[in-house]
Amino acid sequence: MNGAQAMVKCLEKEGVTTIFGYPGVAICPFYNSILDSDIQSILVRTEQNAAHAASGMARVTGKTGVCAVTSGPGATNLITGIATAFADSIPLVCITGQVNSELLGSDVFQEADITGAVESFVKYSYLVKNADDIPRVFKEAFYIAGTGRKGPVLIDIPVDIQNQTVTRFEYPESINMRTYKPTVKGNGAQIRKVVAEIKKSQRPIICVGGGILLSGAELLLREFAEKYQIPVVSTMMGIGAMPTEHPMYFGMVGNNGKPCANRAMNESDLLIMVGARVADRAVNQPDLITRGKVLVHMDVDPAEIGKNAGPTIPLVGDAKHIFAELLEQDIQCSDEKWVSKLNGYRQTMKTEKESNPEYVNPAAFIHKLSEKMQEDAIYVADVGQNQIWSCANHIVKKGRFLTTGGMGTMGYSIPAAMGAKLGNKDRQVIAVCGDGSFQMSMMELATMNQYKVPVKIVVLKNTVLGMVREYQHYTYHDRYSVVDLSGGPDLEKLAAAYGIPFLRVHNMSEADQAIDRFLEKEESILMECLIDPMELVK
Amino acid sequence: MKKIYSVLVENHSGVLCKVAGLFSRRCFNINSLVVGETDDPEVSCMTIVSSGDQRTIEQIEKQLNKKLDVIKVKTFDEAMSVSRELMLLKVKYNRNNRKDIMEICNILKAEIVDMSKSQMMIQMCDVPEKIKLLIKMLNSISIVEVARTGTVALPKCTDAEKQQSKHEA
Repeated sequence: MNGAQAMVKCLEKEGVTTIFGYPGVAICPFYNSILDSDIQSILVRTEQNAAHAASGMARVTGKTGVCAVTSGPGATNLITGIATAFADSIPLVCITGQVNSELLGSDVFQEADITGAVESFVKYSYLVKNADDIPRVFKEAFYIAGTGRKGPVLIDIPVDIQNQTVTRFEYPESINMRTYKPTVKGNGAQIRKVVAEIKKSQRPIICVGGGILLSGAELLLREFAEKYQIPVVSTMMGIGAMPTEHPMYFGMVGNNGKPCANRAMNESDLLIMVGARVADRAVNQPDLITRGKVLVHMDVDPAEIGKNAGPTIPLVGDAKHIFAELLEQDIQCSDEKWVSKLNGYRQTMKTEKESNPEYVNPAAFIHKLSEKMQEDAIYVADVGQNQIWSCANHIVKKGRFLTTGGMGTMGYSIPAAMGAKLGNKDRQVIAVCGDGSFQMSMMELATMNQYKVPVKIVVLKNTVLGMVREYQHYTYHDRYSVVDLSGGPDLEKLAAAYGIPFLRVHNMSEADQAIDRFLEKEESILMECLIDPMELVK
Repeated sequence: MKKIYSVLVENHSGVLCKVAGLFSRRCFNINSLVVGETDDPEVSCMTIVSSGDQRTIEQIEKQLNKKLDVIKVKTFDEAMSVSRELMLLKVKYNRNNRKDIMEICNILKAEIVDMSKSQMMIQMCDVPEKIKLLIKMLNSISIVEVARTGTVALPKCTDAEKQQSKHEA
């Protein structure tokens, strides 16, 4: 057995069914061995999308996503995808080929110091210098990626190591790393303190981030909120932790959040942050969330607690374990008045914006679309105005809402939707993007076509970089700089070129019929919605 | 606030770069950083002197602990530790100031370890303040070059071997 065969064997041992990637000479031994395996390899059209697709798959399956690319430019192209997964705490194992180990450091063809380059946005990285290390390295990589605070791990393997004979292949059963022992169970004394604070509190609120979904604690959260009548708000990454129309859920917080959610958070006397970074998008003045209230911060990553806001009670652990323990407690329910007050805000603080009737109203359109989608559909939002419209108007029932809230990488939705569909073939998967973000990954239409991955794509087309234009509108008083996207392409022709059916929606009167047609069949389909270029999020 | 971090790390290539990179990326100060092997050849010990407000100091410890090559982090104040620095310093001398230099060295317990007809090399191992003092005293005489190791430190001895480990679950 050689190194490459060992690599494939390791992936099989980890239960990997699909990998995304792009070959090159430095990873060819691996791609040669994968032919002998049942693992499906998907050839994306640019490496960055391999990481996004693996991320989409990881998020819907709960398993670590895998991508494999070649050395040099292959590896560096992957970087944005890795950084995106890191910011969103998505478990990935990224394999990169590398030049011959004897030539390392001599700047030969397609050599890049990828472990050095990704250091600040991987959880860990390996440069394998001996084929016998492959089983241990892979076992550790999957363990590190998928436990504690999840994240990407990179394995760089020189081509000669892939060809080297493995003297003994033994896949480790268990793992014991002296430097890595994530805390999963919450500290008992801290949990008792939290319980005491909940009992004291008149106006408690839970703010959930992506950590809830990564931990798989959604149902426990729901049970907890219902049992103790504690309202819930979420960050962008936490959308979907609660069904949008759940009576205890009050929406997304932050600059682009729901006014009633922000108000609820501000007026609370006890704020329980769970699996959220307290980053600027969700909480732009971290000092405010500790003023006049008790802040409980739960996170599996101790370094997140106290990084941006000083908590009154830190609680390190996995949300699933902590909520399970909290549910065993007997806590007096909070005041009914608080929940009904928030319900009042929900009714009165609705923001409905006027929209140009000659175009599609993006907010109303997304609302309509999500009502007609299957209950358990997976909705993938891109980055830009489309993301904000999606966050505010998509209704999560039993499905998932995926987006990159941490890094905000344009072009995420199409490859991520493709990965999500491959990970969950019986669910409807819909990617919603703008014409800017669409053009950042439209080459993946070919991948979808080739591997028959029926992802549905909505392009909200306003022929500008809407989010930046909106910013320039407010900040530079309509002095627009480098936001014009009028160069096309004609999406109808583009869809035809890829053999994908196409729909165009000019205004809201056509919306119902178009959405019905869009969702009707299990097929890839591209729907273009014409949006007023002057449309604003706020 | 000044803090000393004694960091046990895996002794393999790239670890120093990762730790130093962490400090620069997160805008933490490094006053000094010293690395050396411990009694276990697989483990190195880094002594990092840093400063910042309470939140920064806490973050440094947490972020260090988060690094997978870090085995253990001990954070302590100067007062709770024994710290030493080694310096080699070369000065130009002449007949008139030779005695003065030797006297200063005597008082500050520095040693002359090498000399030529016009230069001498002084070695000093002491707490960082004393090192600074020697430099200050010799400043009026022309210093040719200086090499300092930076601080190495360990927490003071105790009877109970009870040291907290942040890594324990």
